[in-house]
Amino acid sequence: MTSRARLSRLARVLCAALALLFAAALIERVEAQDISAPLAQLTTNKYDDTEAALGALALSGSSAAAGIVSALADGKLVFGGTPPRVFIEGAGGALLDPLTMQAVADAPAVKPVRVNNRIRRAIDAASGALSLVSPDAAKRREAALAVGRSRDEAALPALDAALAKETDLKVKSAMNLARASILIGKEGITPAERIAAVDLVGAEGNQDALAILRSVPESAAPEVKQAAAAAIESIERNLAMWGMAQNLWYGLSLGSVLLLAAIGLAITFGVMGVINMAHGEMVMLGAYTTFVVQEVIRTSYPGLFDASLLIAIPLAFVFTGLIGVLIERTVIRFLYGRALETLLATWGISLILQQAIRTIFGPTNREVGAPSWMSGTFDVGHLAITYGRLWIIIFALMVFFALLATLRLTRIGLEMRAVTQNRRMAASMGIRTNWVDAMTFGLGSGIAGMAGVALSQIDNVSPNLGQSYIIDSFLVVVFGGVGNLWGTLVGAMTLGVANKLLEPYAGAVLGKIALLVIVILFIQKRPRGLFALKGRSIEA
Amino acid sequence: MSAPVTNMTRQPALLGTSGLIFLAVLIAVSVLVPVLNLAVAPDSAVHVPTYVVSLLGKYLTYALLALSVDLIWGYVGILSLGQGAFFALGGYAMGMYLMRQIGTRGVYGDPVLPDFMVFLNWKELPWFWYGFDMFPFAALMVLLAPGILALVFGWFAFRSRVTGVYLSIITQAMTFALLLAFFRNDMGFGGNNGLTDFKDILGFNIQADGTRLVLFVLSALALGLGYVLCRFLVRSHFGKVLVAIRDAETRVRFTGYRAENYKLVAFVVSAMLAGVAGALYVPQVGIINPSEFSPANSIEIIVWVAVGGRGTLVGAALGAVLVNYAKTYFTSGMLAPYWLFMLGGLFVAVTLFLPKGIVGTFYEWREKRRQHDDIPGEPLASPRPAE
Repeated sequence: MTSRARLSRLARVLCAALALLFAAALIERVEAQDISAPLAQLTTNKYDDTEAALGALALSGSSAAAGIVSALADGKLVFGGTPPRVFIEGAGGALLDPLTMQAVADAPAVKPVRVNNRIRRAIDAASGALSLVSPDAAKRREAALAVGRSRDEAALPALDAALAKETDLKVKSAMNLARASILIGKEGITPAERIAAVDLVGAEGNQDALAILRSVPESAAPEVKQAAAAAIESIERNLAMWGMAQNLWYGLSLGSVLLLAAIGLAITFGVMGVINMAHGEMVMLGAYTTFVVQEVIRTSYPGLFDASLLIAIPLAFVFTGLIGVLIERTVIRFLYGRALETLLATWGISLILQQAIRTIFGPTNREVGAPSWMSGTFDVGHLAITYGRLWIIIFALMVFFALLATLRLTRIGLEMRAVTQNRRMAASMGIRTNWVDAMTFGLGSGIAGMAGVALSQIDNVSPNLGQSYIIDSFLVVVFGGVGNLWGTLVGAMTLGVANKLLEPYAGAVLGKIALLVIVILFIQKRPRGLFALKGRSIEA
Repeated sequence: MSAPVTNMTRQPALLGTSGLIFLAVLIAVSVLVPVLNLAVAPDSAVHVPTYVVSLLGKYLTYALLALSVDLIWGYVGILSLGQGAFFALGGYAMGMYLMRQIGTRGVYGDPVLPDFMVFLNWKELPWFWYGFDMFPFAALMVLLAPGILALVFGWFAFRSRVTGVYLSIITQAMTFALLLAFFRNDMGFGGNNGLTDFKDILGFNIQADGTRLVLFVLSALALGLGYVLCRFLVRSHFGKVLVAIRDAETRVRFTGYRAENYKLVAFVVSAMLAGVAGALYVPQVGIINPSEFSPANSIEIIVWVAVGGRGTLVGAALGAVLVNYAKTYFTSGMLAPYWLFMLGGLFVAVTLFLPKGIVGTFYEWREKRRQHDDIPGEPLASPRPAE
């Protein structure tokens, strides 16, 4: 079913309901607008008469008309008796008077009014026209938009009638647009009228308007065609800009995912110098924490589902942070100063963690649901923005700034910086360097876990989740400059946006390859990344 | 056998004790295995079935690959996380030759186009497939494809003085980019499925027992020659500069050496060795596909070397065979689900408790005993971390 058909059905149902609701209140008005002639026409049961009756009903403006049309569409419009009268078949087979919706006392034998495809089209047009005079402004606007999309010349009289009565400005402009859309293609109107219509449609500036403008007939006057061409060009330029903006948005969204994945690594690798190949597995553990939290909520506290992510975030932080501390205390601390060997050990740890998760949860993807506040989209201009992506961008930035604040403003952050800059001096000043190492690694791992909570919303939660992020994460950190958090932010956003801007030209895979090559070449130019640390420690 | 003394300075022998033992074992294996395969009745306990021959052949190519990593990691300090890419490129060069040898025996029977190209509706052979119907050209490409990639990549990287972790990460990015590229059908390398269904090599049926034995012996030969070549390189003046670069690159540069040129030569030689290993690997395994480019594979190679002993050459080969034997043993039995626990645990245990690897630790122990007994011996070539 097309959306237009669904819309008109919705309109019909709503109109019927409204007609029922207001039937009593509007009874005098109903009687004032005489629709007895079309009703009589319906009883002849001839297609031509039925079509004519539908046209008359559509223009009548009677509040009973919508109910009658919708009854006809549903096959509930019946006729019978002498002289023949029209009834609406209500619930339980009771016959209702179409004007008053009251049950008729002496029900005659009836049969339904016949309907074929021609009549069905007429029904659609009539209910569309009736929606134009619906008491609900939003309904009227929707109907106007539907008429504009259908560009049915037959709707013009109904549209004009509705326009004359319309008071709501928004609805009025929608109706004007619909009218202009119809007029552009209509035969036998003056060039001035057509140009006015072109201008009106051109101002709308979306894909629909483009399609309408392209349909200006060949027979139209040259100045009309010129106006249409100018309008098309301006719309296309406008749309190209919005397309760019949309790509930029996708890029920022990808960048925020990269930032989330890389930010923990910026601590463990960037600050501590541990080539932490198990970083991806910390992200994975965070995602599985989300899964477990949601499972518990599903089975025990279904009402809390919308809060599941908020509960999972601190839990994931603490859990993966503790795992990180454990890894640091049992393995990493013996390997300081041997960066390349930490690569091997942490790679081993990553294999063990993957296999552990596979043993506990199985190798298949686990389902993690999205809370209601993360689903759905909204439009900004011609941009479609999904709430999920928006929240991930916000979350990534929140995590980033929280981390920055931790390093800059807190005691532990100060100690971390001191230990990285000069371990022995820091130790001499009374800082427990061992403890700081464990806390730093735990912090980096915990942040990776929180990233996992967010990434569980956009990626498959499987034991391999971490593997898909590890290379990108390292590239982001190296590209941005090891040991520099701002570099990680800029690096992630640059790579994300560059990737999405390359994609329309090169395709997803080639774009990614091109980006990898660009990063490799960039490293040649600036071997220490975008924001290189300066000073004598870098050669050490 | 103790090291001979040449001139006034003690120069280690080309092979040394462990090298001679290694070559002796290699020769023994390459004689014994064919004999046990051909001359011993199939029901005998010591009979070596053909699948085992191919399996051993595969281990030998892995050993050669590990050797190529050890040359640059053990002696120059370049931790390449993209060595698998050179291996795979060599493998693809050989695979392309084998594909062209199929001829009309493919499913679609096209005399020129491999099956996957017919399937993709391609009309003619892409230019980069030209010449692969000739073995000498393919053999040349086995060396040139990885060699040129290493040359270009290394020229950029070493000239810009990209070192340590940064170099490791861009080599990983390189192999990842190649992985993505070879997965694409449009590349003309068989996409996801890679190259397979080989029929014969140089006119011999690739499935035949005899061919398998020859390939096995050739692998052993390549490993032996590769070992002698590496050994020759590292004990030459050139090799001394490499070790110096590993331990203090800046100082070497200040002494007047063009460190980047030394590294580049070692890198290219290593890539070519890896390419040869790949070319011998493909006909014995019967398939080459893009997963060979996966970064995880390259990391695994590093582990073989670390287990055996970085900077010992013999250790690298030994580590490759041991780890892969363990892998075959564990993944085929009831213990299969625990293999990754084992492998992961091995990585951690080796880095923590055996930082010099098996052979390196043995050398160290021997050296200590010699010092204790005051017997002059072979100088230790074990590396110290370059960072």
